[in-house]
Amino acid sequence: MSIFVNSETKVIYQGLTGSQGKYYGLLNRDYGTKVVAGTNPKKAGTDVEGIPIFANVAEAVEETGATASCIFIPAPGVRSAVLEAAQGGVDFIVAITEGVPAHDEALFYNQLRKDFPNVQLLGPNCPGIISPGECNIGITAGHIALPGGPVGIVSRSGTLTYQALHELKEKGIGCTTCVGIGGDPVPGTSFIDCLAAFEADPETKAVMMIGEIGGSAEEEAAEFISNNMTKPISAYIAGVTAPPGKKMGHAGAIVSGGKGTAKAKMEALEDAGVKVGNNPTEAGDLMAEIVSQL
Amino acid sequence: MDLFEYQGKEFFAEYGMPISPGELALTTEEAVKAAENLGCPVMVKAQVHTGGRGKAGGVKFAASVDEVSEHAENILGLDINGHIVERLWIEKASDIAEEYYASFTLDRSAKKHLGMLSAEGGVEIETVAEENPEAIARIWVDPVEGLSEGNCRNWVKEAALPEQALEGAVEILLKLYEAYVDGDADLVEINPLILTEDGRVHVLDAKVTLDSNSVFRHENYADFDLTQTRDERETAAHSKGLQYVGLEGEVGVIANGAGLAMSTVDVVNQVGGRPANFLDIGGGANADVMTAALEVINNDPEVRSIFINIFGGITRGEEIANGIIDALDRVEMRSPIVIRLDGTNADEGRAILEPHLSETLQVAPTMLEGAEQAVALAKGMNNQ
Repeated sequence: MSIFVNSETKVIYQGLTGSQGKYYGLLNRDYGTKVVAGTNPKKAGTDVEGIPIFANVAEAVEETGATASCIFIPAPGVRSAVLEAAQGGVDFIVAITEGVPAHDEALFYNQLRKDFPNVQLLGPNCPGIISPGECNIGITAGHIALPGGPVGIVSRSGTLTYQALHELKEKGIGCTTCVGIGGDPVPGTSFIDCLAAFEADPETKAVMMIGEIGGSAEEEAAEFISNNMTKPISAYIAGVTAPPGKKMGHAGAIVSGGKGTAKAKMEALEDAGVKVGNNPTEAGDLMAEIVSQL
Repeated sequence: MDLFEYQGKEFFAEYGMPISPGELALTTEEAVKAAENLGCPVMVKAQVHTGGRGKAGGVKFAASVDEVSEHAENILGLDINGHIVERLWIEKASDIAEEYYASFTLDRSAKKHLGMLSAEGGVEIETVAEENPEAIARIWVDPVEGLSEGNCRNWVKEAALPEQALEGAVEILLKLYEAYVDGDADLVEINPLILTEDGRVHVLDAKVTLDSNSVFRHENYADFDLTQTRDERETAAHSKGLQYVGLEGEVGVIANGAGLAMSTVDVVNQVGGRPANFLDIGGGANADVMTAALEVINNDPEVRSIFINIFGGITRGEEIANGIIDALDRVEMRSPIVIRLDGTNADEGRAILEPHLSETLQVAPTMLEGAEQAVALAKGMNNQ
């Protein structure tokens, strides 16, 4: 079992004809993901290594029955690509692209909530989602993840997500689904969305959570955890020693006005019963301990 | 991107908001000339990307040209929270009856835009928020719906601005919201927004932060990038397209991915060292980007050792190892290096590094041990 995507999920790649889209789209197909279509209005009727290209998402959905879409469109086009996907009829959209303006993100997030309440957007600026052994949508290297569970992972950071998968694999611990929600100011999918899905998934027995400085997503997750989660959780927050007022790479990773510090987030999570490590390795060790006691 | 006050005011003026006439001055002579053009009295205002200018003596009233000269002399070169004043904004003085506060920013929790308005302006809004939170009227604006005139009017009434300021405030706030959205700003703030003695609502200060991701639809924003405050190291890194933040320590840090780079900075601190920087080289980690990263760190005189922390995902260990070796051929390094290479084909990568290893080029099996080795090297001890 897994959350959001599984071996049956058929995926359209918006931007499959571009260099990044083609590279990762084909890697994802090699992994076993059902990559059923690409879109490009100028190249409809052609194909990329056997994957048919349609003019838009609606046509691709009609022809293939796809339920998910992955966006590899450059930042200026992401706003219309997200809306095209929702209008086209998919219910899960993964936007990998980085550098999308915050106002666009705020706009399409609220537009989806209003007009397409059943559509789940992941990203933008995220590594994507992998249910190991079943489906990999995005830029995660599939072989660093061990299939089978019992751990679900949700992370705000790309490379730290890989680090987490790696730490668990080294210890022989598998993963049901690993969701990279991205570090942008308005992520389509939140920690809470993933925690709720993991709580409901019978195969997921424990959750590993990786957060970072900035915003209040981790504090909100902590509140959700203390009220709703029965499954054990380990966590790590990056940026403990980040200086205030400096952007640490991610648009969201900034400590401002004393808010969004790693310390406050770690304390909130600990108060909610989460085992919090001081670095990714420690969080991995804590998860190994949790798994050994399941 | 942070704008100086004068840039922020020019930005606001494009959306039709009322600002005072003023001129930019880089020297005392230019300040005097500006004052002569504008006619005294004027304000002499330091242009820096930080708050607290008034308290630091960076904002002065000048009744005469002589006073302008005196203030300009004192303010140019002044250190305000570590920012040296190099620019002055000379502005026609206003008769202030009342001071208010207005801003728009994104509320990341609500995922909507948040407007804040207060009749208690001219002081730090954080102080008002703490001591008298009910003095701030908040409005959440759905980006799809935008800010209607009716909602704006109710908001101004809720903030208890006086009747005579109502129409002027509504007009300015609607334009401020338009500037915020249309201009792709992370923050627009007017503090103070004033009511003049003759009953006009007027913009007296401007704080604007623009979203650098929106440059593709605002060609003129490239000019603002040129006036960002960065230290020398940050300027060099920025010009090479690297994500770099200067810190105060001795251990240079290179990692791939923002999260891993942040985490590496944390771990160096945790094992008793002090990181010299945050540096994210992105996913690829090829020889060109590694060379650029090593050059930037090599030019930092404080650096005593370097910790390269790379996790191979799609990029394989061999490619990363070859990139590092290639980069080391191109840059003559001053400091010893510790490499932690993990992830895809890490063993093959380490095998490539093996013949090159020495006292000054070490490998570490884990992130934690890598940090320990790098910190030991920085402290002049060799733990091998």
